[in-house]
Amino acid sequence: MIEIQNLYKSFDDKDVLKDINATFENGKTNLIIGQSGSGKTVLMKCIVGLLQPTTGNILYDGRNYAAMGKKEKMLIRREMGMIFQSAALFDSMSVLENVMFPLDMFSDAPLEDRVKRARFCLDRVNLLDAQKKFPGEISGGMQKRVAIARAIALNPKYLFCDEPNSGLDPKTSLVIDDLIHDITQEYNMTTIINTHDMNSVMGIGEKIIYIYEGCKEWEGDKSQIMGATNEKLNNFIFASDLFRKVKEAYMSTHQTSTPKK
Amino acid sequence: MLVIKALSSFGKYLELMKKTFSRPERMRMFFKQYIKEMNQLGVDSIGIVLLISFFIGAVICIQIKLNIQSSWMPRFVTGYTTREIMLLEFSSAIMCLILAGKVGSNIASEIGTMRVTQQIDALEIMGINSANFLILPKIIGMITMIPILVSFSIFAGFIGAYATSVIANVITLEDLTLGLQYDFKEWYVWMGYIKSIFFAFIISSVSAFFGYTVEGGSVEVGKASTNAVVSSSVLILFADIFLTQLLS
Repeated sequence: MIEIQNLYKSFDDKDVLKDINATFENGKTNLIIGQSGSGKTVLMKCIVGLLQPTTGNILYDGRNYAAMGKKEKMLIRREMGMIFQSAALFDSMSVLENVMFPLDMFSDAPLEDRVKRARFCLDRVNLLDAQKKFPGEISGGMQKRVAIARAIALNPKYLFCDEPNSGLDPKTSLVIDDLIHDITQEYNMTTIINTHDMNSVMGIGEKIIYIYEGCKEWEGDKSQIMGATNEKLNNFIFASDLFRKVKEAYMSTHQTSTPKK
Repeated sequence: MLVIKALSSFGKYLELMKKTFSRPERMRMFFKQYIKEMNQLGVDSIGIVLLISFFIGAVICIQIKLNIQSSWMPRFVTGYTTREIMLLEFSSAIMCLILAGKVGSNIASEIGTMRVTQQIDALEIMGINSANFLILPKIIGMITMIPILVSFSIFAGFIGAYATSVIANVITLEDLTLGLQYDFKEWYVWMGYIKSIFFAFIISSVSAFFGYTVEGGSVEVGKASTNAVVSSSVLILFADIFLTQLLS
């Protein structure tokens, strides 16, 4: 479980995040949604420790990240897996070497076992056939799957995904979403996904927080989002014609919605 | 303002070096990277070092013969001067200036691209000291390979000088050999090696600094690459003056 308490982040005089409080439970896919520039990437970077919050605390299963020493921070980072928007695979390494990399760095297991584990992770994302290829030789969707395999190689407790569907077609996006959702439940991880893909929100949003201009504007799950009365959230979620029509159809069949602010 | 900016950059460079020079987390990964860097930065540079040194050795020999050699000068002067230029300046300082262009831009663009494509962030998230993992093998690899490159350069320069004798008959083989052997001081070879080790450190660390601190996209990576080459070259020239004075 990851808890965020009274988190503020400023750059020079500009407040990018203001008083964010949230709890992300394990075994669930937790989504942070918001428009571009709303501060969700900054929030993600603060959570993983790439940025130092101005004030506030981030607790990993009760362990306060800000109060930790350098060595403890390094150790807790080994419990994290992250999937970047650009996949961030190492260009000079093959697919198998990319997945083996965290194992090579931190595992004392013999080479055979490390290769076996890396192949297992690649098999889990259906990419065992591509193990000898280089990142430049595979598609964007495959790169994201390799990134997932690399992220789970060390059985992390916490999985972070920064816009995992960015640049992917809707069908591949669904594959990635399902994979992240299944892996989260399989390994009972605390997964946080940064996204503005509404298919992801409706598909795997077991817990959703909506960030608007650096503030947490709404919190709920995918079943509550249709009936939400928050104007800013509705302007964001139902911006497209398709989703507006979906909402109208939903509202006409569900006269009594369960809004939550 | 410029001085403050320069001091600020120097401070950041020192901080990066502090982060770089720590004990590697996995020695087996360090050695793997170290071997890779020696190959990429050193072995891959042998071709250009041999080519340039061969022609410069030949050109020095021809120029000295045509412009310095005269009837009142000893006949070994061409070979002697060619050797001294190769040993004292060309194979160490000038060769490192050329390598600053080839290796420096390679290091800055490689690390810069890793920065803008979030590969360095991925290392940090994994709990890896990215500066230590990426930069230390480059610095140590370059320092290891530079004396070998200097040796190749000296050797290729002499071959170039001999080529002018054999192919173009600019000078007799006997005169050239006499000149190359005349009043040989072994210390000059060591001086070249010592200077080149300092230059190798400058090339690899300064270029890595510019690459590591890139912010933005491909345009910034290009600028970082150019800045790395320019800064490394200027620092090599300054260091050359101090080291030459110190070691002579």
